[in-house]
Amino acid sequence: MIELRDLTKRYGNKLAVDGLTFTVRPGTVTGFLGPNGAGKSTTMRMVLGLDAPTRGDVRIEGKHYGELREPLNSIGALLEAKGVHGGRRAYDHLLCLAQSNGIPERRVGEVLEMVGLQDVARKRPKGFSLGMGQRLGIAAALLGDPRILMFDEPVNGLDPEGIHWIRTLMQQLAREGRTVFVSSHLMSEMAQTAEHLVVIGQGKLLADTSMAQFIAENSRTHVRVRTPEPERLRDALVGSGLRPVTGADGALEVDGGDAPRIGELAAEHRVVLHELSTQRASLEEAFMRLTAQSVEYHAHAPGAPAAPPGAQPPGIQPPSGTQPPGTQPPPGAQAPPGEQPPPGTQAPPAWGTDWKKGRRG
Amino acid sequence: MSHTTRVLKSEWTKVRSVRSTVWTLTTALLVSVGLGALICGVTASTFDDMSTADRVTFDATYTSFAGMGIGQLAMIAFGVLIVSAEYSTGMIRNSLAAVPQRAAFLWSKVLIAGVLVLVVGMITSFCTFFLGQALLGSHGVGIGEPGVLRAVVGGGLYMALIAMFAVGITFVLRSPLLAFAILMPFFFLISNILGNVEATKKVGQYLPDQAGTTVMAVVPETLDRPYGPWEGLLIMVAWTAAALVAGFVVLKKRDA
Repeated sequence: MIELRDLTKRYGNKLAVDGLTFTVRPGTVTGFLGPNGAGKSTTMRMVLGLDAPTRGDVRIEGKHYGELREPLNSIGALLEAKGVHGGRRAYDHLLCLAQSNGIPERRVGEVLEMVGLQDVARKRPKGFSLGMGQRLGIAAALLGDPRILMFDEPVNGLDPEGIHWIRTLMQQLAREGRTVFVSSHLMSEMAQTAEHLVVIGQGKLLADTSMAQFIAENSRTHVRVRTPEPERLRDALVGSGLRPVTGADGALEVDGGDAPRIGELAAEHRVVLHELSTQRASLEEAFMRLTAQSVEYHAHAPGAPAAPPGAQPPGIQPPSGTQPPGTQPPPGAQAPPGEQPPPGTQAPPAWGTDWKKGRRG
Repeated sequence: MSHTTRVLKSEWTKVRSVRSTVWTLTTALLVSVGLGALICGVTASTFDDMSTADRVTFDATYTSFAGMGIGQLAMIAFGVLIVSAEYSTGMIRNSLAAVPQRAAFLWSKVLIAGVLVLVVGMITSFCTFFLGQALLGSHGVGIGEPGVLRAVVGGGLYMALIAMFAVGITFVLRSPLLAFAILMPFFFLISNILGNVEATKKVGQYLPDQAGTTVMAVVPETLDRPYGPWEGLLIMVAWTAAALVAGFVVLKKRDA
């Protein structure tokens, strides 16, 4: 278990990590998600006692990292920067780490075999591919057979086979009852591995929720209907208790409606339909909406219109953090997720068009 | 096995498992001995051309250590690399994650490196002395003569101290580029100028290498210093200790 309490890191006048409070629990893979520069790596370095927090603290199984005499037996970590001397053979790299924590030498051979590097044990890592380097880093994390594992962007730059291997490994480690904490900036990646999600943006906690709940809240569907007689259809829909909204291209969007029922309704009222489709917001979109206000670096589309008023990303917690995790207002209360204007009619919205507003606020 | 023993073992594995250890220390030995031998050979063949004053104050022991001025640069390189490699490769994060007790980490590294450079320094000093004296022939001195053993042992200590000074400074600077760019020209050139030019000598002679080399001189007139050989070495010890403490403070205070 990793417990963070009001963890804060300030560099100059910039808060890299801003009052993070959450707990990473054993038995599941916890995804640590945020855009680049959100403070994920800084947080992980503070967990390992490498960077000193400006405020707050973090405990590993109830202890500060510095109090651990044999930390590798409690927590193993793969940090984003590999941290391997290119000229030190893989075996010796692991051996010096093992020795410092009183781990028997035979364990070095075991972890090398576990990650499939036994054939290059006597090779110098400067000749290793990205995937091999990543495996060596994971071997180091596994050395002390720790109850907690922490991986910073483990799939970055890996080929599909390597990604599949790491995913399977993380899930297996969690099944064994270990705490697995893994960071990523890709929602799609997390959706396939993590059961729990911690999302941060500009150092602040944005969500701390189970993956299932996140999906339920953020991938709500809406039905899109196009008709030459929108007014008649609108009346029909309103008459049966639905709340259609006119989309950017004149199509009606019915949040939470179901397509067959709307089709039947249209038939009853003899309204011609040109399109009837169910739209599902991707998790990636939900993540982008969630973090839109907190993305540090934006690629601005010139002349992009400002976001429509009230188009707040769903699931945003008030900055005070007083709300308990997982009780965010239901998404879609302000704006239906997955509201996608057809290409060409509007510049790409959502991804942080209103971030400046968020900063001021 | 105690915590310290484990960290020492780990640091020994680190030192012995990189090639730079072998090539820097071998270079220090070969350059010091080779250059010393060359200068002794040349001196022996031109001894009769020297002035009487030079002949009277001729320091056979110190002459045989002439190669150490260059050989020490390889010792410095060893000291710089053993520390800066931790930072340039990012290994420091793994190291400190494995040993969060930063004092234990630093002093174990210092002790392992210190013992190693002391052994290599002693071998270098004794080899360069005996080979040099053999080449000087009738102008050479024996190890049993007054002050000679002290100078030879002092030469070994000097080589070890200069490497450890570099270790301390590199813990402060972290970057290999910065450490090399500052230490190499300083000990190759700048310090020699400051320690010998009249205008700056008063201060310059207290620089670590300028003070440390006095322990290697048997004839005091060779160097003309206001302190004795052991005092000179002690000044260098103080510099080295200060550099290591500064390195420790930086390691302790700054984020890795």
